[in-house]
Amino acid sequence: MNSISRRKFLKITGFSVGAAAAATALSPMIKGANRINKEKVKGIQKIPTYCDICFWKCGTVAYLKDGELWKVEGHPNDPLSKGRLCPRGTGGIGAVSDPDRLRSPLIRTRERGEEVWKEVTWDEALGYIADKMQKIKTQYGPESVASFSHGIGGNFLKHTLKAYGAINFAAPSFAQCRGPRDVGFELTFGEAIGSPERTDIENAKCLVLIGSHLGENMHNTQVQEFANAVQNDASVIVVDPRFSVAASKAKYYLPIKPGTDIALLLAWMNVIVSEKLYDVDYVSKYGFGFEQFAAELSAYTPEWAYTETGIEPELIRASAREMAMHKPATLVHPGRHATWYGDDAQRSRAIALLNALLGSWGRKGGFFYPASYSLPGYPYPAYPTSTKEKLDNPGKKYPFASEEITTGIREATITEQPYPIKGWFIYATNLIHALPNQEETIKAIQNLDLMVVVDVIPSEIAGWADVVLPESVYLERYDDLHMSAFKETFIGIRQPVVESPADQKPNWWIAKKLAEKLGLGNYYPWNHVEDYLDHRLKAGGLSLEQLKKEGIIRGPKPPIYFEDGIVPEFPTPSGKIEFYSLQLQEAGFDPVPKFKRPEQAPSGYYRLLFGRAPVHSFSRTQSNRILMDMMEENEVWVNQDVAEKWGLKNAQHVRLKNQDGVVSNKIKVKVTERIRTDCVYMVHGFGHNSKMLKGAFGKGASDAGLVTKYATDPLMGGTGMNVNFVTFEMEA
Amino acid sequence: MARYGMVIDTKKCVGCMDCVVACKTENNVPEGHNRDWIVTVANGKFPDVNLEIQSQRCNHCDNTPCVACCPTGASHVHDVGGVVLVEHNMCIGCKACLAACPYDARFVHPDGYADKCTFCIHSVEKGELPACVSVCPTHCMYFGDLDDPNSEVSKLIASRKNHPLIPEAGTKPRIFYLT
Amino acid sequence: MQELTTTRHNPQIDPTMHVWGWEIPVYLFLGGLVAGMMIISGYFIFSKRFKNKDCVTYTLPIISLILLSLGMFSLFLDLEHKFFVWRLYTTFKISSPMSWGAWILILVYPVIIANMLMDPPKFIASKFPQLHKIKDYIHERPALIQNIGVSNMLLGGMLGVYTGVLLSTMGSRPLWNSSMLWVLFLVSGLSTAAALVHMIAKDVDERELLAKADNGFLTIEIFVLGLLIIGLLTSSAVHINAAKLLIDGPYAPAFWVFVVGMGVVIPLIIQLLAVNHKIKHTPIAPIMVIVGGLILRFIIVQAGQYSHYLNAHFR
Ligand SMILES: Nc1nc2c(c(=O)[nH]1)N[C@H]1C(S)=C(S)[C@@H](COP(=O)(O)OP(=O)(O)OC[C@H]3O[C@@H](n4cnc5c(=O)[nH]c(N)nc54)[C@H](O)[C@@H]3O)O[C@H]1N2
Ligand SMILES: Nc1nc2c(c(=O)[nH]1)N[C@H]1C(S)=C(S)[C@@H](COP(=O)(O)OP(=O)(O)OC[C@H]3O[C@@H](n4cnc5c(=O)[nH]c(N)nc54)[C@H](O)[C@@H]3O)O[C@H]1N2
Ligand code: SF4
Ligand code: SF4
Ligand code: SF4
Ligand code: SF4
Ligand code: SF4
Ligand SMILES: [Mo]
Repeated sequence: MNSISRRKFLKITGFSVGAAAAATALSPMIKGANRINKEKVKGIQKIPTYCDICFWKCGTVAYLKDGELWKVEGHPNDPLSKGRLCPRGTGGIGAVSDPDRLRSPLIRTRERGEEVWKEVTWDEALGYIADKMQKIKTQYGPESVASFSHGIGGNFLKHTLKAYGAINFAAPSFAQCRGPRDVGFELTFGEAIGSPERTDIENAKCLVLIGSHLGENMHNTQVQEFANAVQNDASVIVVDPRFSVAASKAKYYLPIKPGTDIALLLAWMNVIVSEKLYDVDYVSKYGFGFEQFAAELSAYTPEWAYTETGIEPELIRASAREMAMHKPATLVHPGRHATWYGDDAQRSRAIALLNALLGSWGRKGGFFYPASYSLPGYPYPAYPTSTKEKLDNPGKKYPFASEEITTGIREATITEQPYPIKGWFIYATNLIHALPNQEETIKAIQNLDLMVVVDVIPSEIAGWADVVLPESVYLERYDDLHMSAFKETFIGIRQPVVESPADQKPNWWIAKKLAEKLGLGNYYPWNHVEDYLDHRLKAGGLSLEQLKKEGIIRGPKPPIYFEDGIVPEFPTPSGKIEFYSLQLQEAGFDPVPKFKRPEQAPSGYYRLLFGRAPVHSFSRTQSNRILMDMMEENEVWVNQDVAEKWGLKNAQHVRLKNQDGVVSNKIKVKVTERIRTDCVYMVHGFGHNSKMLKGAFGKGASDAGLVTKYATDPLMGGTGMNVNFVTFEMEA
Repeated sequence: MARYGMVIDTKKCVGCMDCVVACKTENNVPEGHNRDWIVTVANGKFPDVNLEIQSQRCNHCDNTPCVACCPTGASHVHDVGGVVLVEHNMCIGCKACLAACPYDARFVHPDGYADKCTFCIHSVEKGELPACVSVCPTHCMYFGDLDDPNSEVSKLIASRKNHPLIPEAGTKPRIFYLT
Repeated sequence: MQELTTTRHNPQIDPTMHVWGWEIPVYLFLGGLVAGMMIISGYFIFSKRFKNKDCVTYTLPIISLILLSLGMFSLFLDLEHKFFVWRLYTTFKISSPMSWGAWILILVYPVIIANMLMDPPKFIASKFPQLHKIKDYIHERPALIQNIGVSNMLLGGMLGVYTGVLLSTMGSRPLWNSSMLWVLFLVSGLSTAAALVHMIAKDVDERELLAKADNGFLTIEIFVLGLLIIGLLTSSAVHINAAKLLIDGPYAPAFWVFVVGMGVVIPLIIQLLAVNHKIKHTPIAPIMVIVGGLILRFIIVQAGQYSHYLNAHFR
């Protein structure tokens, strides 16, 4: 079963017709809408909670009108949302009424890939899972159950799995998202950027966005601060092969050739160093290895960079000088989704170094020192200890990986090395869309004895599961406390606003019941999550009652900049900002980033780029009817001249074929002057092929499906995904 | 008497559509229908492109062809703020007002009556802001009394370059876009 | 290049406005036709032709009533909030052509009925013998008959004008925004009415007269069409674009072939030959005129909705 042919792969990626019919029979429209809020309190009720349409966790106030969910607004007291949600958050109520929601636990009744299910009770489903888990434990050991989980909701399940003895946990937020960035900054400043980002966009006088498409990327606080910076006439510099919304606000727009950002960064630093525009004091005080670094830079003139990046030397110089002019309040944004070309940690390091030259780390308008509320954890019994190592990064193959690597677990599941993985527990991550190369994901799945997916809708990954557990959506449940590190300390609560319409359950309930089935009930000394929350809050002198009422409680506002008292400390080996990295050198990598020309597209092909649309989150909101109504399909952006060459008309449908012959769903062409001629662009998350997602099925095309190739970052195992090329296939 | 209007700063607007989503949930605008929407105007040749993003809706015009043509009086100018409204129970759904609006700001509600932006008068009369204005994450929308020279909207119009939409249609629109 | 995108997707509005389908053109066509027939009928009364027992003025009212009712019915079909249709008659809105139209129609009916009562059709008269008394009452009073004739012409004229004014007051639609539109619709109403009456008139004299009148109306119609287009072409850019919709735009083929060619020019030639006794009178020309008149309403209503200030017909 280890290898599957492409044909089989293609066939099973789409649900078979029989399966869809069976599934349909199991998923009638949710009838329970009238069960929501049984008492039907007359008038308006406001209940605070926090959003879960993405991982930013904005404080929210939900409104009920005569007992029915009406709308959600930002919580005015929340430092993240500042009273205003992003469009996805505002449309979050659509998650409750989504007619495609999972409504009861499902157990697969046929072979994997032939998606035929039976509805079962929770008792049956959890019993089945516990049974299989016990078998895996006896046969392979508990380490052979791995978990993929994204977001705070996974906390309780992770607790159960750790109690069971599992040690392999990963989230796509590292190796498919911000991992390289955090590693690049850790290597330079000794600290990561984290989420929410420690970027002081609001106070920046010059903001440099390297592919960060704020405004389309709707991480709420970032966008709000960006708008404030624009209002305050901050100089915005945008580097993007596509004329993004952010680019339209920029003083300097640099239409870079994709994959050549390191060349640009080196040239910028060359200008700043050779013209002595950097923060000399800061660098001499905090810098390590500056001389060697400066010596290496001398070759990277703007003229050199021009040949690689296509950006005029004068534009490079002018923008570099602009940055220097506003230092230290010049923020070269570190980006977030940084897994582009496989050299991403080094690119991020180059960004970190540029910031270091400008002295923005630790300074107002640069990178602040985040503070978070702290509460003791719940006093649980200790987890069992394992003699085995985590297997996502065997032998520290990727020496600088600071979190677990999803694709590492996937690989180990396929190779069974260093030991077999036989169970996957997947919480709130649609691995089919999130990981590169779907074929490998499916190959790994075929190797499992147990695959459990906890989801709210019948996502593609749920389609591959043995057991699907329907979770209550965020407006229907409690979750763990929210205590993100940010500009000030605060604590937020997620609490149920309405009842779940059918047999969906919150993750804490699922986790607790499963633990009980596994005979691990002692890990859940509390009866209800309210007891857990209250216990933790009481330990901090607060109470659940108070937090439920207020939603957000703000704590002290400690200093966050050097200028107001933060002591500069850099937990690097040298204790300084490492312009020259000995640890990289020792590990056999470039101590100062070097540019390597990316692979070029075969003729007739264009580099496939992708990003965000403001009204959708990844692959999770396309069946939300409110958000679907905003944007129901994605388009492929094609430069006007390219379109002309191919005879493509605006709004016409095409299919995209990548270098490996994989062909996408049909997708609408957007003919535009807002992109280079050597690449095309599409919004991530569309092109669903789970037929049970009736609202989203077949609408638009999936970038993930075309990402068959990926470039692994040798430093930290991130999967660069901008390395695929596509061409057009005409649709009749 | 107040004369309500809006000022929208296209420099800050990112076209995120939060205003559109908010209108949906606030006013229960049926699926497939929009009281407000985003228009993007891009000019130029890559990479010298210029983008203007406009959050559009009924302009609550001073000259109202939509009210003038209404045979029943369903379309009317409300006492408060001169907001242009439709009285559902008086509307016969003749669609004259839809055709008469140069902005195509109106539509037929699935229940049969002509519908459009109300400037969220239900909230405004309670002293709150229209939903779209109050959610906008970039704070780029301003709402207020155009007749009051001290209102934020009047000041913005006086101090910054701006344009209304299709002034040549002669409706005297009351939404102004800062550029 | 200018790229315009909108996220709006309202039914009947996007990508281009199409709030009015077949119902309104049919209503406007029938309204115009009835208006023309009322004018013709009224004229025949006024000019004492009613004294001829075969005068078509005795046939027209019942046809008018039927066609007008069909027109009203198609208007009713177009209403989206039908149960509230009575709201039309709880008010009179002086600025609304639609309101004017509603009230004009209230007056048009009695006037046509008065015309009909001059000689009620047999199938009605046989059921209501009292009608004979009314008929006699009317015929005893020549002044009353005169008034019936005049009021038919008057209200017919108002009805015909109204069908055009309804559209031409819409400043939002550049194509409609022409003071020639009501003239065009009135003349077209007259020409189609003349064509129809020409076909049904029994009296040879009347037929000849109507054919001649029709030729006159058709000739005027050509001029009016020309003026309408020239008017638009000499106005602002949006009006020029609107005119182009008809001249060489998407509506041009239908406009030139069906409206100008088959609706006006060819029947005019045929009828000119006929009145000059070069060829026999056949229903071909009148039918072409009538069909042309219907298509004219369709094209003006559709192209007018398409014509737009932004001229941004979003994808
Ligand atoms: N090709 C490609 N791949 C990418 C990216 C890309 O742009 N293109 N982006 C990368 C990035 S930056 C990231 S962060 C990752 C994101 O990757 P993921 O976190 O996997 O994001 P989604 O694809 O949205 O999958 C989320 C899943 O959680 C489910 N879900 C939603 N709400 C709930 C809930 O309340 N409870 C439970 N149990 N489940 C829920 C959704 O239905 C969906 O199946 O993807 C990465 N992968
Ligand atoms: N609405 C919405 N907002 C979101 C999310 C969402 O799902 N929906 N997801 C959130 C998450 S988890 C993440 S990680 C972020 C991701 O958002 P970001 O980190 O801002 O962006 P990316 O997805 O990496 O990159 C997309 C942009 O990079 C440009 N780009 C592509 N290749 C290159 C290149 O070689 N060089 C340069 N300079 N630019 C390039 C693309 O043209 C595009 O504008 O968004 C967050 N915000
Ligand atoms: S950024 Fe938007 S989707 Fe994400 S948590 Fe905040 S409001 Fe919700
Ligand atoms: S919510 Fe604000 S920023 Fe977003 S599109 Fe609307 S006006 Fe623009
Ligand atoms: S925008 Fe249109 S609907 Fe609104 S007041 Fe003006 S003309 Fe009337
Ligand atoms: S559709 Fe309704 S509101 Fe509009 S003109 Fe007709 S009656 Fe008035
Ligand atoms: S003012 Fe109110 S009704 Fe008008 S667009 Fe904004 S939210 Fe919608
Ligand atoms: Mo991400």
